[in-house]
Amino acid sequence: MSKVKNLQDLKKMRDELKGKINLREKSDHPESLVQVKVSMATCGIASGARETMNYMIDEMDNQGIDAVVTQTGCMGYCYAEPTIEVTLPGEKPLVFGHVNTKKASEIIERYIKNGELVDGIIPDSYEKIDEK
Amino acid sequence: MKDLSMHILDIAENSLKAQATEVEVVLRYEKDILEMSITDNGCGMDAELVKRIADPYATSRTSRRVGLGIPFLKMNAEQTGGYVEIESQPGKGTCVKSVFKTNHIDCVPAGDLASSLSLLITGNPAVNIVIRILKEGESFEVSSAEINEVLEGVPISHPKVGKFVRNMLKEEFKSIEQ
Repeated sequence: MSKVKNLQDLKKMRDELKGKINLREKSDHPESLVQVKVSMATCGIASGARETMNYMIDEMDNQGIDAVVTQTGCMGYCYAEPTIEVTLPGEKPLVFGHVNTKKASEIIERYIKNGELVDGIIPDSYEKIDEK
Repeated sequence: MKDLSMHILDIAENSLKAQATEVEVVLRYEKDILEMSITDNGCGMDAELVKRIADPYATSRTSRRVGLGIPFLKMNAEQTGGYVEIESQPGKGTCVKSVFKTNHIDCVPAGDLASSLSLLITGNPAVNIVIRILKEGESFEVSSAEINEVLEGVPISHPKVGKFVRNMLKEEFKSIEQ
């Protein structure tokens, strides 16, 4: 079985990343990065969660926002898929519903970058996904 | 699910829910047959649940009472003349194997495989995702463990890494197609 060839390039990118930001230190304290969790169960996938997740990755990379983007299971808000949970450093997590790419862009521009609240928050998000 | 790449995300999600620490996705193309297996070392299921699993009303979750992942996969495989086979052992893990006849008119398109697989890798930092693609003598393999080794502590879920892995897999798929 052949191994992927481009892992060498990944090394280059890693060094670039390490140089630019203090990610290594930050990765030991993930709470210092913006955390985005995308709900990726059958309901989310069928509603376009993959496009939302790809968009978040592309857009945050383009804008140089240091974040971790991960997947999570069904949060029980199937009616509002795609849903994402955003945790800003030092803040409580917020769950947003109906996050298409347009909404995702609004969340990045207004909430992630400026801390402004935007429409579409699912209010009973006092419980973190992990605790469900 | 409108394409195969979506099924991969969907079925792998079951493995993640089953607390798997390693999930292996294998796509094996042989002529007009595609065999897709997703194997995990999660909590597994007993024989009774395996029997019921294709029933849309069988689910282990409590947030809603239906589970459509396996029924959708079964429907899409069977409508091409293929099938779905599930082997599971409590405490050991589960293997979901699905077979598609890709030249059948009712076979759903492959979709964006690179995108699904890369999200699986970068979206689940705590799980080792292993990917193996075999097509007419050509093959490639990549795993989260390998990528993490190169990253030396840089988080695998960073957007820059996500984009990189997606492009890398796209290239690999392209070269295997030729």
